[in-house]
Amino acid sequence: MAEQRARPLSPHLGIWRWGPGMAASIFHRVSGSGLTVVGLAVLTWWLLALAKGAEAYADFAAIAQTWVGVVVLIGLTWAFFQHLFSGIRHLIMDTGHNFELGPNKTSAVFTFVASVVVTAAIWFYLLGGVK
Amino acid sequence: MSLGKSSTELGKVRGLGSAREGGEHWIGERVSSLALLLLGVWLIASLLILPSLDYATIREWLRSPLGAVPMALFVITSFYHGLDGLKVVVDDYVHEHGNNFALNTLLLFLAVGGAAFALFALAKIAFGGAA
Repeated sequence: MAEQRARPLSPHLGIWRWGPGMAASIFHRVSGSGLTVVGLAVLTWWLLALAKGAEAYADFAAIAQTWVGVVVLIGLTWAFFQHLFSGIRHLIMDTGHNFELGPNKTSAVFTFVASVVVTAAIWFYLLGGVK
Repeated sequence: MSLGKSSTELGKVRGLGSAREGGEHWIGERVSSLALLLLGVWLIASLLILPSLDYATIREWLRSPLGAVPMALFVITSFYHGLDGLKVVVDDYVHEHGNNFALNTLLLFLAVGGAAFALFALAKIAFGGAA
């Protein structure tokens, strides 16, 4: 009997060139997972600290204002808006629209531009001494 | 076979998989996403509009009906939607039945537990005495 040769694999992730549509899809998943695991932990921690008292809240605020804390909060802000914009894009696609190559690509690029612009605007406002 | 008024393309397939059910998860994920679109933007806008993010200001905000009620809805909906999303991720990548069941059960317990702690904290803030 002939020696068993490696069978060809069906086209998989590795052979596709990266494009905006793929990026929007995987970042929707990554940002959603991050918001759930990190975001909901921070939300619960924040509420528990508020419930416990002024000292516990001061501890939370102190950690939130370290550079690691600020980076996490900026990351959560970006993840929220990336997930929001690509979520809206997916809701539109659920109705059967926006599958033409041009508009599909443009809307994928838009999700990244919009999430970065909104996140930058919010944090320039927060860190610009207004708050 | 006529399905009457609901014989649109979506109406024909809704709830008509081989098991005659299963579409609820998909629909629920999208309905909760619409709720979170409103509640998430409300939360971020509120935090930006509040005159300060100090202990007393946040407590006073969360003691008012227009702070406490949307926050409770946000906690419930975000844990629900986050669990829904993580379940999709787990089902996509964890194929072995035992591991899949174990991980999904663990996530269910964490989500329900986390939501319970967050709601308890919020109730304590909303119904407790002034700070």
